[in-house]
Amino acid sequence: MHNDTLALITILGMALVTYATRAGGFWLMGLVTPSPRIEAWLRQIPGAVLVAIIAPTVLASSLAETLAALASALVALRTKNVLVAMVVGVGAVWVLRMVLK
Amino acid sequence: MQRVNLSEGQNEKATNDTMTFTLQGALLGARRIIPLAISAFTVGFVFGVLARQAKLSVVQSLLMSALVFAGASQFVALTLWIVTPLPVITIILTTFIVNLRHVLMGASLRPWFARLAPSKVYTSVFFMVDESWALAISYFAAGGRDRAFLLGGGLIMFVAWVSSTLVGQTVGATIQNPAQWGLDFAFTAVFTALLVGMWKGKSNFLPWAVAAVVAVAAAHWLPGKWYILLGGIAGSVVGAITGAQ
Repeated sequence: MHNDTLALITILGMALVTYATRAGGFWLMGLVTPSPRIEAWLRQIPGAVLVAIIAPTVLASSLAETLAALASALVALRTKNVLVAMVVGVGAVWVLRMVLK
Repeated sequence: MQRVNLSEGQNEKATNDTMTFTLQGALLGARRIIPLAISAFTVGFVFGVLARQAKLSVVQSLLMSALVFAGASQFVALTLWIVTPLPVITIILTTFIVNLRHVLMGASLRPWFARLAPSKVYTSVFFMVDESWALAISYFAAGGRDRAFLLGGGLIMFVAWVSSTLVGQTVGATIQNPAQWGLDFAFTAVFTALLVGMWKGKSNFLPWAVAAVVAVAAAHWLPGKWYILLGGIAGSVVGAITGAQ
């Protein structure tokens, strides 16, 4: 068990820098003169970040994850329902991990 | 896009004129996020269990979950918590780096949140997590107009995260591995489905391919969550350069 004051300082420091990251992006974009180029960049961020988050799991973990992601994508394409796509994806990865072991 | 410090009454752009911030919007965001909150609950439970093993007190882990409220960075902090004396600066710097992806997420909110009162914006972003941001962005992209959607989802995630930390630390003597039921995949499955909805045609191919390749390479060669930031920057910059809409 660490010194309580030191632990509290650490947690508060973590909280401060994390809030800075949450507020900082929005704040910074208010200082930049908007140009069509910057707006085009902002529009591209969500898709690129989502792809980056899932890419290592989907493309570089194992075949089960790749196939389950494909199943989720197909279900999303057909049903437009995120919840159904999630249930199918989780079910698929659960089965595939057992089968492909 | 205008400066934040304009009051809401000075709206000029039609897109921002028609945007709202209501309880109904918050409730809609809260309802949509429930499946993801269940998944987050299992992760928070594991965090609580590990926090106990790393000798954090109940008050300390609750404070961390409530004030930091960022899963990946909290897990990294636990791996450093076992070092004596406590490496305060290292933990804080690592937390900052792991959470840098929030800068991109916050920047992407600008087109919709530019005219919202700063108090509402800066409260909303405190509760912004990957899941609530992703749902909100796809809601706005589909024509959703209520900016409280982000806060509503974030608050549900907050309750799930803090309560599961408490449950994990107090009753979770044995770790139940979420991967056993495929629950660890829920996040990936949802994000895959959201991406299907965001696909606008061939113009997305190059930026997304670049984001994927850079992320996979970065995840392989670099520690922590650098891959999200690097993949997100690489893909979005390529998209801006190629002029894709």
